Amino acid sequence: MRAPRTLRPLLESVAAVSVGLLAGGVLIWAFGHSPLAAYRALLMGAFGSREDLLETLAFATPLLLTALTFAVGVRAGLFNIGAEGQVYLGAVGAASVAGLLPLPPGVHLLAATLAGMTAGALWALVPAMLKAWRGVHEVISTIMCNWIALHLSMYLAITFLAEPGRAERTIPALPTARYPVLSEESTLTAVLFVAVGLALGVYAYLWGTRAGYELRLAGENPDAARYAGVRPERVVVLSFVLGGMAAGFAGASQVIGRPPAWSLYATLGNVTTLGFDGIGVALVGRNHPLGSVLAAVLFGALVQGGRLMEYEVGVLSELVRALNGIVVLAMAVPELWSLLRGRLVR
Amino acid sequence: MRGRTWLPWAAGGVLVVAAGRLLEWAGLPPVSLLETGLLAMTPLALAAVGECLNEKAGLVNIGLEAIFLLTATVGVWFAELGRSGYVGLLGGAMTGGLLGLGLGAVSVYGRADQIIAGIGLNVFALGFVPFLLISLWAFPGIHVFPNELMVSRLRTPIGQVSPVTLGAVGAAVLAHLLLHRTVLGFRLRAVGERPEAVDVAGLRVDRLRLLTATIGGTLAGLGGAFLPLGWFGALVKEISAGRGFIALACVVFAGLEPLLALGAALLFGLADGFASAVAVTPGVKERVPFYFVAMIPYALTLAVVAVVIGRRRFPSTVGRPYVRE
Repeated sequence: MRAPRTLRPLLESVAAVSVGLLAGGVLIWAFGHSPLAAYRALLMGAFGSREDLLETLAFATPLLLTALTFAVGVRAGLFNIGAEGQVYLGAVGAASVAGLLPLPPGVHLLAATLAGMTAGALWALVPAMLKAWRGVHEVISTIMCNWIALHLSMYLAITFLAEPGRAERTIPALPTARYPVLSEESTLTAVLFVAVGLALGVYAYLWGTRAGYELRLAGENPDAARYAGVRPERVVVLSFVLGGMAAGFAGASQVIGRPPAWSLYATLGNVTTLGFDGIGVALVGRNHPLGSVLAAVLFGALVQGGRLMEYEVGVLSELVRALNGIVVLAMAVPELWSLLRGRLVR
Repeated sequence: MRGRTWLPWAAGGVLVVAAGRLLEWAGLPPVSLLETGLLAMTPLALAAVGECLNEKAGLVNIGLEAIFLLTATVGVWFAELGRSGYVGLLGGAMTGGLLGLGLGAVSVYGRADQIIAGIGLNVFALGFVPFLLISLWAFPGIHVFPNELMVSRLRTPIGQVSPVTLGAVGAAVLAHLLLHRTVLGFRLRAVGERPEAVDVAGLRVDRLRLLTATIGGTLAGLGGAFLPLGWFGALVKEISAGRGFIALACVVFAGLEPLLALGAALLFGLADGFASAVAVTPGVKERVPFYFVAMIPYALTLAVVAVVIGRRRFPSTVGRPYVRE
């Protein structure tokens, strides 16, 4: 029995997520809690009410964006794990324009959004140029950039952007630079629509334009791409800039698109780990912008549901992130699929 | 390759002298810099030497960062259970070996994309270590253990040196001899270059690769447990702080030669020690924001990989699973 070709990727993703949940269940059990009670709380916390569902979407929004970063990289044959640092600088960029620069309504929101995206893209240019011109492996360069970005962003946030008298966060975004809140009962704002729009835009770009085709060709078959005259440097820079824009917007979304603080914490606490969490989202979404939308809702649900799980069952919500890692590991193993179907007889 | 063995050593030497002068001028004895530098070198060297062997045999483990994080935590846990820092080091090394073996098995038998599998391990550790910290010690983010669990240091003319540091130097020498002077080393190198030939010759490609993955993991695990038990004296949730990737940079920098990797680790270790020293030096700390000092090791890693490495030649099958035709 063969699964239809279009269904197979979906089933593989479901299998990987199941492996993650199963392993998470074992961990919950190993530390003396009931996996069933924990997962019930998780499910209720994520989808139990309209309020929870909206909050799930609010958590999904930045994850969708950082997933785009990783997905565009993989499509070009690159492992851009620098979304983390690009998120920090995107948040700093958005916070500075939103908090310091008085502009008319509309223009201000656009300017703050673009500032976040530009800051993310500029930060992504560093590993892009090192890769294109020096052949430096992007896994090492992006991680180094993440750490430099952490210290740089904290420095900028504390030295230039700190709210007078309240050193723990930056000056909040002026009301003219805030995305409208969709419903009073959650922190979801219209930033969700912009994020989904960006995902659709990336999809249209990758599958509808010549540059997008070249990018995918370089990722799938570098030799064929070179033969067809695709310049690899261009592809590297392009995919990093696109990814950096998405990640930068993810950082911006937590400042100008998320109440109640409307600012960046000096510890970067409200933007850290978004970049790494996006990797799992991208892989489960099969490195496809539209798949990433669905996967982001799933992972957003894990984060939102994890809060109730911690509150009700006492299982720490950090477990959700560990679970994310197991899902990534499971996605890496192509033989897992055959194993699950009992076909590993060689 | 061999002709350039002196290069990182010379670069390291110049850096030592220059940094020593600078620190003397700033009012800090160079001996303390060397002490910190050697401490910082140790985990990098251990992980990098193991990864050299691993990559020679055709596998890539970019999960070194995760192994550092997890074994630092498990190491402290073992040390408290066994009431000895050495038990902690042993526990860390064993855990690292198991993690390496697991990742190796996933790569060899699961034909995993090794980069993605490594990323997965890293993401897992990022979430699991804070979880463990709270589960084991009911304290978020940080755990300070009794001081008597620290692995004691030896008094030498160049300051206090940890026995683990000597172990790291020994591991580099042994790995070099293993690779270039033994039949097993010849086979490991052959497995990285021509796995099909090794297979035809009747040797087990899978077992050789699992062996290097386990050795690499064990050494990285020793390095991870060393971080709290031999160096910091406490455990924080981001204790590895990118050092797993700096170790990978050492491997690339060294072109997979263990002795060169040791030199690279010393270079990065001194930069790390320099950063920690500058951060507390009166007269400097008021003028240079701590944030910029903290960037030094990462910026240096970036600069070194960009300037020195260029494109190195790696075993032809690095990162690719072997499929018997």
